[in-house]
Parts: sequence; structure tokens; C-alpha cells
Amino acid sequence: MQCPKCHAPMHTYNRNGVQIEQCSGCRGIFLDYGELEALSRVESQWSQPAPPPPPAPQAYPAPQAPAWGAPHGGGHHGGHYGHKRHKSFGHMLFSS
Amino acid sequence: MTANPLLPALTAKARAAAHARTPACPCGVGAVTLADRSDATVVRHEDTVAKAHAPDATPTDLTARLTVATHLPDVLLPPLTQAPVTLHGRVVTFWPYGTPVDPENPDTAPWEAAATLLARLHETPAPAALPPMRGPAKAAHSVARLRALAPHPAAPPVLRAWTVLPAWARAETAMPDTTTLCHGDFHLGQLVRHPAPDGPWRLIDVDDLGTGIPAWDLARPASWYACGLLPAGEWTRFLAAYRAARGPAVPAEGDPWPALDVPARALTVHTAARAIAKAAAADRPLDEVEQSLVDACDRMSSAPPQLSPHSAK
Repeated sequence: MQCPKCHAPMHTYNRNGVQIEQCSGCRGIFLDYGELEALSRVESQWSQPAPPPPPAPQAYPAPQAPAWGAPHGGGHHGGHYGHKRHKSFGHMLFSS
Repeated sequence: MTANPLLPALTAKARAAAHARTPACPCGVGAVTLADRSDATVVRHEDTVAKAHAPDATPTDLTARLTVATHLPDVLLPPLTQAPVTLHGRVVTFWPYGTPVDPENPDTAPWEAAATLLARLHETPAPAALPPMRGPAKAAHSVARLRALAPHPAAPPVLRAWTVLPAWARAETAMPDTTTLCHGDFHLGQLVRHPAPDGPWRLIDVDDLGTGIPAWDLARPASWYACGLLPAGEWTRFLAAYRAARGPAVPAEGDPWPALDVPARALTVHTAARAIAKAAAADRPLDEVEQSLVDACDRMSSAPPQLSPHSAK
């Protein structure tokens, strides 16, 4: 196929599953019927927010806890204080 | 505050012991006081540590405990000397220096190593002359101190939780297990790497070591977890490693709480009692962590202790 504008040969490329022809001379692009819509559709998929990741696999099943355990703890949610340890608890970890 | 005459004497002892081990001691840092509390004064001189034990520590009991550490160098840090010496009325022992868990970075806590060491300790036959481990006695002491304080609004739920515990957990009768070797005071400050700085982890502090209920040694992490302070992941790592090492304190599978319940309650009460005494002495309210211990004690009254085959005896 030749470029309708400058008559240089055109080469076929595959962009995201859509066949497009690009001129080797003027770099112009020729799209077949429906290919513009196909590219737009692909573009809109890229710009959409990524779907939420599947819930992280729980490394540890919630362990058993005693009846008097903290309501949300006994650790079912990883401890009241999460990853930021309270200074007072940091001290307690090392105290008799 | 009057100067403690023990400290300079202990510092001199630590220096002498270090120089006896390493005549070419670089003395780069000189002596460092690692602890100076009513129950222990600890001084480091380079690779050597001198510890003055609690005023009520007896040479006979301490010698029996030192002997266990000497014979279990893969579990306990072995002392430099077989018998304690006396200094200003206190018994003193000497130890090689080991690198502790970084208190500023407890996320690096070696939960698996700790659990494996405790499992090995619990599996070791206890020598006949060994006294009982002192965990329940120390908890009872904290509760007695709480009772002696001026009335504190947080004290009643803590005292109620204490009174429903079995007599052995309150140190009023002997523990039902008189053959299992226990540490008696396990927490993250009881681990060092030896040789420093990156040798294997070892347990330190034999002051409370003795025979007793081995679940007591798992009960501080269990209590922290139950109070919502220790994340489930860390508790699970600790418990799973203990079970993987075939420790006898809990059944190999299934619910560990029938075995852990009484010791974890007792240590929650102990820690809450100490926290209230500390807050009262500083004339400040309880912080949220301390309050979570009191809240746990409060919830204990509506759930009677689980009696494991051991604790029911």
C-alpha cells in the first residue's frame, strides 16, 4: 500500500491489538473503518482507574483469643495500634 | 537521691573482670551502666557485664540457676563464673556481653528464635535442686504493691481479676508442675545475640528461672495479643514457632487458650498493677496502652478462668 499523500510505501503496525498503517516517508497514519474507535476504546481503558486489587491474602488466619480479649483485637484486626507501636507498648515489650 | 555506693564498686568489678578476660582491653567506651533499678544493677565494661542481683536473691538459689545456664549454652547465655560473689550485701554475677533487641526497633524482634529457645528450655529436664520459677511470686508482689497504694480508680477491676485466679497463679500454693524448666520472666529484653553483635540469640536473666508451668513463659506475648496490643501476625509467628519446636506448654494443635488463659490473665494483672503504680507515682493518668490492660482485667470478671488439666489441679 502506498501513502495517499506522499506515495511512499506504508507499513503495517499492531498497536494494542489494532492494525494501523504508517507511511515510511511522511509518518502519516491510515486507519481502516472502526480502527479509530478501537484505539479510543483501548485509550479509555488505560485512563480508567485500575480495578481495586483483590484483597491481600491474609498471611495468618485470625488466631484464637480468650473470652476477655480486646473486642477488635484479640488481634482480629492486627492489634489496636496497628503497625505504629505506641511508645508505652514499646517499653512494655522490654519490661518485667 | 543519695548516690548508690554499689554502682562504683560494681563498675570496678566489671572492669577487673573484663581485664582478666582481655588484658589488652581497648577500654574504648569504658563502663556503661545498663540498668540501675531497685531489683538489679547491671554494668558493662567492653565484653563483660557485671550484675548485682535483687537484695532478696540468695546465693544458694542463684548458684542453682547459674548452673542451669552453664549447662545449657545453646539456650541460655552462660555465665563467666560458676558462683556469685558478694558486694555491698548484694550477690554479683559476671556475664559475657551480648547484643540485645533494639528497643527503638521492636519490629525486628526475633519471635521465632525466642519461641524456639523457650521450647528447648521447656524440654530440658530440670535438675533436682532447682527452686520454682518466680513468675507467680512476682505477680503477687505487684498486686500487693497495688493494694498498698492510695485507692486508685483503676485498681478494683485489676484486683477482682486477680482474686478469681487459681491459688498457684497467685503464688499461694505450689505450682502444679514441679518438673518443667521455665524462664519465669520472658520478654523482649531477655534476648541477646552472643557473641556480639551477630551471634545466635540466647535467653538471659536467670533470676526467676525454675520449675513450673511452662505456659507462663508464653503468657506475656499472649497477654499483649489478647489486650489488642501485639498484632495477630507477631503472636502467630511466636506461637507457631513454639509449636514447630515441639514445646510442651500448649497442645501441638487446636486452641492453645485452655493452657494460656490463667498465666495470661495473671501477667495482664501483673502488668496492669505495675502500670497503675507507675502512673500513680508520677501523678499522671493511665495512657491508652495501660488502660487497655485494665479494660482486659475488667472483662475477665465476666468470663471465668479456663481450667486446663494443669491449672485445675
